[in-house]
Amino acid sequence: MAGIRDKVAIIGMGCSKFGERWDASPDDLMLEAYTEALADSGISKEDIQMAWLGVFFDEQNVGKSAIPLSQALRLPNIPVTRVENLCATGTEALRGAVYAVAAGACDVAMALGVEKLKDTGYGGLPERTKGTFEDLWQPNSTAPGSFAQLASAYASKHGVEMADLKRAMAHVSWKSHQNGAKNPKAHLQSAVDMDKILNAPMVSFPLGLFDCCGVSDGAACAIVTTPEKAREMGFDNPVVVKALQLAASNGVEMGHNSWDGSYTMTTRMAAQRAYAEAGIKDPLKEISLTEVHDCFSITELVVMEDLGLSKEGEAYKDILNGKFDADGEIPCQIDGGLKCFGHPIGASGLRMAYEVYNQINGRAGARQLKDPVMGLTHNLGGIPNRNICSVSILGRLNQ
Amino acid sequence: MTSVGITAYGAYLPKRRLNRAAIAAANAWMNPALKGMGKGSKAMCNWDEDTVTMAVEAGRDCLTGFDRARVDGVALASTTLPFADRHNAGIVLAALTLDENSESIDVTATQRAGTTALIQALRAGAATLVLAADHRVAKPGSAQEMQLGDGAAALLLGTEGIIARFLGSHSLARDLVDHYRSANAEYDYNLEERWIRDMGYDLIVPEAAKKALEKAGVSAAEIDHFIMPSSQKGLDARQAKRIGVKAEAVRGNLNAEIGETGVAHALLMLVHALEQAEPGQKIMVIGFGQGADVLIFETTDSLKTLPKRSGVTGQLARGTEDTNYTRFLSFNGQINYEWGIRAERDNRTAQSAFYRKRDSITSFLGGKCTQCGTVQFPKSNVCVNPNCQAIGTQEDHAFADLEASVKTFTEDNLAYSPNPPLQYGNIGFNEGGNIYMDLTDFDQGSISVGSKVKMVFRIKDFDNNRGFRRYFWKAAPAA
Repeated sequence: MAGIRDKVAIIGMGCSKFGERWDASPDDLMLEAYTEALADSGISKEDIQMAWLGVFFDEQNVGKSAIPLSQALRLPNIPVTRVENLCATGTEALRGAVYAVAAGACDVAMALGVEKLKDTGYGGLPERTKGTFEDLWQPNSTAPGSFAQLASAYASKHGVEMADLKRAMAHVSWKSHQNGAKNPKAHLQSAVDMDKILNAPMVSFPLGLFDCCGVSDGAACAIVTTPEKAREMGFDNPVVVKALQLAASNGVEMGHNSWDGSYTMTTRMAAQRAYAEAGIKDPLKEISLTEVHDCFSITELVVMEDLGLSKEGEAYKDILNGKFDADGEIPCQIDGGLKCFGHPIGASGLRMAYEVYNQINGRAGARQLKDPVMGLTHNLGGIPNRNICSVSILGRLNQ
Repeated sequence: MTSVGITAYGAYLPKRRLNRAAIAAANAWMNPALKGMGKGSKAMCNWDEDTVTMAVEAGRDCLTGFDRARVDGVALASTTLPFADRHNAGIVLAALTLDENSESIDVTATQRAGTTALIQALRAGAATLVLAADHRVAKPGSAQEMQLGDGAAALLLGTEGIIARFLGSHSLARDLVDHYRSANAEYDYNLEERWIRDMGYDLIVPEAAKKALEKAGVSAAEIDHFIMPSSQKGLDARQAKRIGVKAEAVRGNLNAEIGETGVAHALLMLVHALEQAEPGQKIMVIGFGQGADVLIFETTDSLKTLPKRSGVTGQLARGTEDTNYTRFLSFNGQINYEWGIRAERDNRTAQSAFYRKRDSITSFLGGKCTQCGTVQFPKSNVCVNPNCQAIGTQEDHAFADLEASVKTFTEDNLAYSPNPPLQYGNIGFNEGGNIYMDLTDFDQGSISVGSKVKMVFRIKDFDNNRGFRRYFWKAAPAA
């Protein structure tokens, strides 16, 4: 299988300021991200031939269909597709654009993700129906409650005291806040000390308030083309897509006892496929940085094992030892992560790609890492026992 | 004539027991007289329990060790049925996985509905499961609030394996209105106690009892267990004396422990008596309400061979004290708390989807793959076993009585629950299979990975906009 490796270049990216954007409509956020991306690419609107819009909620957001994007940016009546795949929605939009270019259906495509959560009025994600049958039997679970269960199962499986696991989880959040404090686009830009994290009110046992990412508004955008076109446009050695993989639960975790509840099965599958697609033999050596789906601190912790960056049962020690800190072996959430950006669902995957893109281009400002060559982004949509996982890998064409 | 009688019994009491002193303390400012009643406790439904769920659990207890295919019908007696027009007994029948070709009936509108249902079923002579349950809600600060409790009793009747033979009965209907509740009214209206005693119990009960004794060919002195529910102190002994029943035959009325459980109470006391009686003893059961039903039974040797079940004794023992009066009010919808935006969720039920999946939801039938043997919920077209995935191979598999334990869990303060935090998790079944489901009846902080659970039938959601409620099964502490 040929895969997507080195077939598509990213020539422009943009990201709105994330936060409680009471001042901005979804249209404003889309324009903010798009304007930056377009300027970054140096092309004009007329060069964009196809677009993908990622947005999750309909209610009190942009509404259905692709029209919100086409209309907000006054796109020249090009084909636009709306995609939604839970928290992987932003990456799904990117996948659409990248595949279109790789397929030769167009030369230049755009992916834009947006979400306006603050207008829903909820702290945390709004609760919606799970489906006519599922509503009859599944718990009225929330996102923190669903992910919190990773912690109870992980602690039990690996014989870790909950207090020790809580310290590792707190370190995850502490690290993101340290990083996010250096990011002017982050929603939360303050460093927080460990005591405050550990003593925060309980949201869903064992997740406290600082174990949870926030509710936020935001948008992010990517413009892609072929490496050949990119070179014609003057991008000598562009950032390219090395892998874009997706794994969706088929109900095994929810209905079969083979899954023990302590890890995310789809991440393991998507990661293996992504490494194969990108030609990565040893992710520990080859990946420079990761942006993973830290919707909750425990998610980031178990995902480190699922991505093969920690041995099974060892992630909590690696985290406490600083392996994923800004100055560690493989920095994770160098931009502050979902923890500091919040999680406007449609935008998050593209926001992660934006950070990797900027890091590789050496444009990450105060949080710039030394010579990163390959970055990984990861989204986990849904709940640990029923989800969609995306893993993408970005790097230089000639590396 | 073929003998007919009781062939099995069962009981259910909510785990939570509200301390009466806590009720009195909360209301003493407006009604100091309540303090005098502030002794003992009353069984109170959890937020997710009602008459139907309690009846199901009592029925399950009763059917312990019995082949459900042998049950011919169900009678559900209560004055607090959740639906005024939807066959409540039909929900119970489905939850108990009884044959839908069985007869089923709701019996209601009087406190003696339980004894009436029992008499009707005994006269029919079929293997009928008689269930009596009540979840009566009283006005805050009233004496009734102190007195009433929630509970359910179950009796399986029939002609084979009789543990208590039916000797005879008498029913008397007289429109003495001691209390009443109009259609659509929230609460009972209660009248003067001494008038009820002097003109009601004192005249009606002895008259009916004497006729029942005559029909049964039994003398009052022969009665070993006298069952006369009443929350009026000493009323039971007074009636026994008037009938000629010996004082020591008067059974404890359970009011101190669980309160007066309405329609269920005479049957609960009967179950309790059957647990403690010796073979060859005679039992008189009285149900009072705009008249009286009087039934007389004689226990048989088979009484001692009934497979072990929880019964009233087991249910009394599993109670845990609750002193939170405002939570009790809230569970009964008597206090209007601010539950936040998550409680605004619209819980409209797609009735067509529910109908299509009623075997999964009410009867808790999952699937078992005939190819690989994997049990799974919900039953689906394609086997969930990643190494099988056969199409169209699943047979119905009952999950309600399977042993299981907690695989993952959380206590969620963000999710809306009428009794926060909402407890849920992945439940692993010993036989295989995993269900993501609600937990109930766990004390906060008491759940751990590996906790043993049993499945219980509960209210899943209320649709307050449309006055509907959904039921499903939840995982409760096994012990």
